[in-house]
Amino acid sequence: MQIKADGRGNLQNANSLNPPELRRVASKGTAKGRKMLNYIKLIALGLITLCAMIAANYARDLAYLVHALIITLVSGGLFLWVLRGTGDEKPELPQNEYMDGVIRYGVVATAFWGVVGFLVGVFIAFQLAFPVLNFEWAEGLANFGRLRPIHTSAVIFAFGGNALLATSFYVVQRTSAARLWGGNLAWFVFWGYQLFIVLAATGYLLGGTQSKEYAEPEWYVDIWLTIVWVAYLAVFLGTIIKRKEKHIYVANWFYLGFIVTVAMLHLVNNLTIPVSIFGSKSVIVWAGVQDAMVQWWYGHNAVGFFLTAGFLGMMYYFIPKQAERPVFSYKLSIIHFWALIFLYIWAGPHHLHYTALPDWASTLGMVFSIVLWMPSWGGMINGLMTLSGAWDKLRTDPVIRMMVISVAFYGMSTFEGPMMSIRAVNALSHYTDWTIGHVHSGALGWNGMITFGALYYLVPVLWKRERLYSLSLVSWHFWLATIGIVLYAASMWVTGIMEGLMWREVDANGFLVNSFADTVAAKFPMYVVRGLGGVMYLAGALIMCANLWLTVRKAPARDASLSVAVPAE
Amino acid sequence: MTKMTKDKQDIPTTGHEWDGIQEYDNPMPRWWLWTFYACILWGIGYVIAYPAWPGITSATAGILGYSTRAEVAEAIAEVDRRNEAINAKLATTDLTAISEDAELNGYAVSAGAAVFKTWCAQCHGSGAAGAKGYPNLLDNDWLWGGDIEAIHETITFGIRNEDNDLARYSEMPAFGRDELLEDDQIDQVVNFVMSLSGDPISATLVTEGAVVFEENCAACHGDNGAGDQSQGAPNLADAIWLFGGSYDEIRETVYNAQFGVMPNWDTRLTEAQIRAVSTYVHQLGGGE
Repeated sequence: MQIKADGRGNLQNANSLNPPELRRVASKGTAKGRKMLNYIKLIALGLITLCAMIAANYARDLAYLVHALIITLVSGGLFLWVLRGTGDEKPELPQNEYMDGVIRYGVVATAFWGVVGFLVGVFIAFQLAFPVLNFEWAEGLANFGRLRPIHTSAVIFAFGGNALLATSFYVVQRTSAARLWGGNLAWFVFWGYQLFIVLAATGYLLGGTQSKEYAEPEWYVDIWLTIVWVAYLAVFLGTIIKRKEKHIYVANWFYLGFIVTVAMLHLVNNLTIPVSIFGSKSVIVWAGVQDAMVQWWYGHNAVGFFLTAGFLGMMYYFIPKQAERPVFSYKLSIIHFWALIFLYIWAGPHHLHYTALPDWASTLGMVFSIVLWMPSWGGMINGLMTLSGAWDKLRTDPVIRMMVISVAFYGMSTFEGPMMSIRAVNALSHYTDWTIGHVHSGALGWNGMITFGALYYLVPVLWKRERLYSLSLVSWHFWLATIGIVLYAASMWVTGIMEGLMWREVDANGFLVNSFADTVAAKFPMYVVRGLGGVMYLAGALIMCANLWLTVRKAPARDASLSVAVPAE
Repeated sequence: MTKMTKDKQDIPTTGHEWDGIQEYDNPMPRWWLWTFYACILWGIGYVIAYPAWPGITSATAGILGYSTRAEVAEAIAEVDRRNEAINAKLATTDLTAISEDAELNGYAVSAGAAVFKTWCAQCHGSGAAGAKGYPNLLDNDWLWGGDIEAIHETITFGIRNEDNDLARYSEMPAFGRDELLEDDQIDQVVNFVMSLSGDPISATLVTEGAVVFEENCAACHGDNGAGDQSQGAPNLADAIWLFGGSYDEIRETVYNAQFGVMPNWDTRLTEAQIRAVSTYVHQLGGGE
C-alpha cells in the first residue's frame, strides 16, 4: 500500500510558487506614510476598545457581556501590537511572490475547526442515543440544544468556510497568475472570520441566538460578518481584475458566485432590529410564513452556494491538478455553471412542503429542485471524466481516491436531494432522520472529502515539501472516513424511513398506531450505529492532522531550485 | 458513457491554460443534455398541471385542481364519514355499557389508544406506566377512582387546572414549609407512613408518628392510611408511590407537598374521543 513517490509531477508544481511576472513593485508606502497609517489604526482600535468596554459595562445579558469583553481584549491587544510596532522599520514584503502565508494559516484553521466540529458532532450524536449525556451540571451550556448549532456552524462555517477561504485565495492567485489584491486585507479577512467564528460559538453556548437554522448568530455578529465578507469579495474580485491570464478559470466563477450570493443571502435573512444596542436579542423583520420562506431560501442556498458552488470551485482546481489531466469539457462547465446558479436560488420552498406555505410556492420549489438535478450532475461528470485516461491513479494515489469518492457522494446527494423534494416523497421523509442522513452524505462525503483532498494537495506545496509524510496514512483516513459515512448514511436511511412509516401507520379505523415516543425508542440501535460512524470519521480526521503535521515536520524539503518563477503559457 | 476517443491527443483543448490546467473541448454528454431537456419539459408540464405561478392576489390553480389543504381535508372527511355512526353511538351509549358491545368496545379501544398516544403519552408514558409525579394507569391504585365513570370525569375536567371549574381539586398542606409541623414531628410521621407498607428507618419514631398522623393526616388519608378517592387523597398503605417511597422522598412530600396538574380535555377532544380514551385507560389492567 505504501507508495513512495508522489504521483504528482514536480514540473507542474514548479510554477505554483511564484506569479509569472517578476516585477519589482515600487514600495507603496514610504516610512512616513506607514507611520500615518499606523496612527489611524491606533485611533480606530482605541475607539473600538473604548466602545466595547462601555458596551460591556451596560450589557443586558451574559452573551453580550462576554462578547463585549472578547472584543475589548482583541482590539486592545491589537492596539498594543500596533503601538509597539510603530516606528519599527518593516522589511518590504516581496511582491513578486504569491501571498501564501494567509493560506497556510487557513489550512491550519480548516484542520483545527474540522476536528472541533466533528468532535461536537460525535458527542451530540451520542447525546441523542444516550440522553444521560445531557449532564445535569452542564444544563444551559452543554445540553443538546446548545451544542447542536455549535456542531452545524463549526463544520459548515468554520471548517467549510476556512477551507473555502484558503483554497479560494490559493486558486485565484494561481489561475490568475497574480498576487492577492489588497495587501494585508487578506489577513484581515482571515482573522476577522476567525473572530466571527468565536463570537458565534460562544454566543450559542450562552444562549445568544436568533434561532434561525444556520443563521443563529445575533445582530452584531452578523454585522461583523458582513464587513469581513465585503473585504473577502474585494480581495477576490481585485485579484481577478488584476489577473495576467486572458480568461477567468472556471473554478473562479464558482468561487465568485459563492461569495456574491452568500453576501445577498446573509443580508436578507438577517434583517433584524436589536431590542437594545446593549443586548444580544433582536427581532427579525419578516413575520410568519414569510419568515419561514426567507429562512429556507437562505438555508437551502447556504447548501447551494456555500457547500455546492464554493466547493465545486475547489473541485475544478484540485482534481485536474492532482490527476494531471485537462478538465473534461469546457462546454459542460459553462452550461452547468449558469444552470446551477440560476436554478438553485429558487429551490428553497421544498423545505416547507405541507406547511402554511401556499401550494404554488411549494410547486415551484419542487420543480426547480428537479430541473436542478442535471446541472448539479454536470459538476460530477466533469470531475469524474477528467480522470478518464488516469483511472490507474485510483490504485496508486489515495488522494485522488478521496477526491473521486467525494465527487461520487456529491452525485449521490444531488440525486437524493431532488428526489426528496418531490412532494409525495417529502411527505414521508420530512422531519425524519432521512433528512439528517441526506445532509451528512453530502457534508461528510462531498464537502469533507474534497476538503481533505485539497489539504493533502496543499500542505506539501505550501510548506515546500517534496511529498506527504505517509500515503498509507492517507489510505487509512480514506477507509475510516468512507466506512464512517456509509454507517452514518445507511443508519439514517433506516431510521428515517422507519419513523416516517411509523408516524403514518394507521389501523383499520383510521387511528394512529404509534406514539412519537415509540418511534424514538425504535431508533435507538441505529443512533448508536450513527455515533460509531461519526467516531470513525473523526478518527480519520485526526490521522489526517497527524499526517499533515508530520509532512511539515519530517517530509523532505523540496529542492529550492524548483521554486523559481516560470512564466505561464 | 460518451464518445471519448481512445487517443487523447485527438481531442482539441480550448487552448487556454491556467497554472498548468487545460480544458478539453468535449461536447456535453448526450445523455446528460437530453435528461436535462426532459426535466425542463416535465417541469413545464408540472407547472401547468399544478398550482404554480403567483399573480398579484392569487396564483394559477393548475388544470388538475390540486390543493394540499383540500387533500388533507378530504382525507379527514373520509375518516370522519366512515366513523360518523359509530362515534355517535359511542357518545350516547351509557359508559358502563360500552364494554358489553364488542364492536363498540373494539372501536373505542383502538380510537382511545390513538388519542392516548397523541395527547396523554407525554406525561403518562406511551405504555401508560407513568413516571415520578405522573400516575401509572396500569395498576389498580387510583387517586380519583378507577371505574369508567370516574376516569371519564377526570379526563373531561382534568385535575387542579384553572381552565375548568369542575376540575377535580385537592391540596395537601406543605407541613414543613408552612411550619405546621416541627422538624422532628415530620421525621416521626414519615417513619409512621413508611411503616404502613414496609420498614421504617426508626421503629421508635413510629408510635409518636402515629399520633402526628392521627392529628394531621388521617382526615384525608384515613385512619389506616388507605386514602380516600372521593377527595383524591392517595392510599399510603399500598407501597405504590407517586413521588417516591424513600425516606427522603416522603419527607419532601410532607415538607413541601407535591401534586400534579392535568388539563381538562372537554375543550380539545370530542365526547366520543373522551369516551374512547376512557375506555382505553379502563381496560389497561386496573379498571374497576
